[in-house]
Amino acid sequence: MSASQGSRSTSTEPWGSFENNIIMQGSGSAVIDMENMDDTSGSSFEDMGEMHQRMKEEEEVTAEAAAAEEEDSGEDGDFLGVKGLKGQLGRQVADEVWQAGKRQASKAFNLYANIDILRPYFDVEPIQVRNRLIESLIPVRMINFPQKVAGELYGPMMLVFTMVAILLHGMKTSGTVIREGTLMGTAIGTCFGYWLGVSSFIYFLAYLCNAQITMLQMLSLLGYGLFGHCTVLFITYNVHFHSLFYILWLVIGGLSTLRMVAVLISRTVGPSPRLILCGTLAALHMLFLLYLHFAYHKMVEGILDTLEGPNIPPIQRVARDVPIVANAVVNATIKSIAAVVQSQ
Amino acid sequence: MAEVEESSKRMFAGLSDISISEDIPVEGDISVPVRSQNADDDFSTLDEPVKDTILRDLRAVGQKFVHVLYPKKSSALLKDWDLWGPLLLCVTLALMLQGGSADSGDDGRPQFAEVFVIIWFGSVIITLNSKLLGGTISFFQSLCVLGYCILPLTVAMIVCRIVLLGSISSISFVVRLIVVTASFCWSTFASTAFLADSQPANRKALVVYPVFLFYFVIGWMILTFSPSP
Repeated sequence: MSASQGSRSTSTEPWGSFENNIIMQGSGSAVIDMENMDDTSGSSFEDMGEMHQRMKEEEEVTAEAAAAEEEDSGEDGDFLGVKGLKGQLGRQVADEVWQAGKRQASKAFNLYANIDILRPYFDVEPIQVRNRLIESLIPVRMINFPQKVAGELYGPMMLVFTMVAILLHGMKTSGTVIREGTLMGTAIGTCFGYWLGVSSFIYFLAYLCNAQITMLQMLSLLGYGLFGHCTVLFITYNVHFHSLFYILWLVIGGLSTLRMVAVLISRTVGPSPRLILCGTLAALHMLFLLYLHFAYHKMVEGILDTLEGPNIPPIQRVARDVPIVANAVVNATIKSIAAVVQSQ
Repeated sequence: MAEVEESSKRMFAGLSDISISEDIPVEGDISVPVRSQNADDDFSTLDEPVKDTILRDLRAVGQKFVHVLYPKKSSALLKDWDLWGPLLLCVTLALMLQGGSADSGDDGRPQFAEVFVIIWFGSVIITLNSKLLGGTISFFQSLCVLGYCILPLTVAMIVCRIVLLGSISSISFVVRLIVVTASFCWSTFASTAFLADSQPANRKALVVYPVFLFYFVIGWMILTFSPSP
């Protein structure tokens, strides 16, 4: 015994065994990882975890000591035994409550770990994002070998949210009336639904047609393809000319579609798979832009009439049909011409 | 046995001021004082009158409001984060943006739940984004900062409401546009001052853009609000 005690105290100081005890205690106290995940936070959540861990260890130790004592004093009478039992029960209940809380905290930690799965897809620099945005409008020339597709999710997500904001703007200025649901819900549902749904559908078709593209790459490709949609919608929701919209639809929408189609062609073998895949994607992409313009933005040329009224708010929520507005514009023009002619 | 006790007493001779008996292990004795302090703290905040608790929390919230209005590089918002302020601001904004009529043709006005959900889910998404981009800020700290920086937009909403009580004309629209734009820039700048420090230097733009979008959407909802006739 003296030999073992001597071996424990063979650190440099005579009280070396004391230090060893502390080190043992430190390694035994198994701090939960999540405490060290967020390093600079001073939030009480992590502190509570640490305090509870210390309390629990201390409770365990005193529970052991109390159990040892109870075994000794159990024969002294029922009174002492009952008191000891109640204390033990209380401690067990507290222990179980702490265990339940710890289990929930571990689940939350696993949620954080799931977020870490997405971390490599957000590893981008601003320069890269800007370059990819511009490249999404430039169709590639070489379709003989597979084109590289960036597998990143930051750019597509930001583009989808931007499109939600632009749609919201368009819906409000055109006075779209949503009966079942809310404006925000419709905008978010449309944009995210398109991005996720069409990506999955094209990925499924690509699987059928033996194209070499992964789900992440498809999400990324279609997400960046929304950049063209965003620019067209941003311009045409503010400048109300139908012919301008058609030109932009063909040019910018067409460029972005061509880019996506070229990338898919370069990764598919055989004329008919290529035709199926690219035809579907082109049709869906172009038709979506058409749908966004006409479903959520009716021309509000009535504003030009009503700005002359004294008590009308400038952003009028009046939905008008195109033929009626066209008639109104024609009438107003003729009236103004008549007025000019009469004044002369 | 006596030799062992003597040797242990010699080992602990330098620490005779710490009274440790050989039976109880060292761990138990060291943690007891910590535990009693915690128990005292718990009892002291439970026993104080409710007015004291509320006033203390309100004072903390007010202090953070001042920090938002004059955004300096301080860490007060980050060190003691709390979500009372964001909740207050969010509820105020949502109540003021709420429409009055239940079933008219003018359903485009945002409802209370819509504004509430936009603010909280927008904050969660921005926080997740900044964490995924490698930020060192914790989840709730980021929520706290984003929520508190809605304060300028809430003030703009109050100003717009007052302006709309007067005449509704293009002048009032221009005034409201200026006020909302100024407060939106202020909000974005204030939250950037707190959030961007926690990001690696070359990725600040990637974090600022979603914040910009978020406050833009809220500012747009405020600008396009018109009261029911």
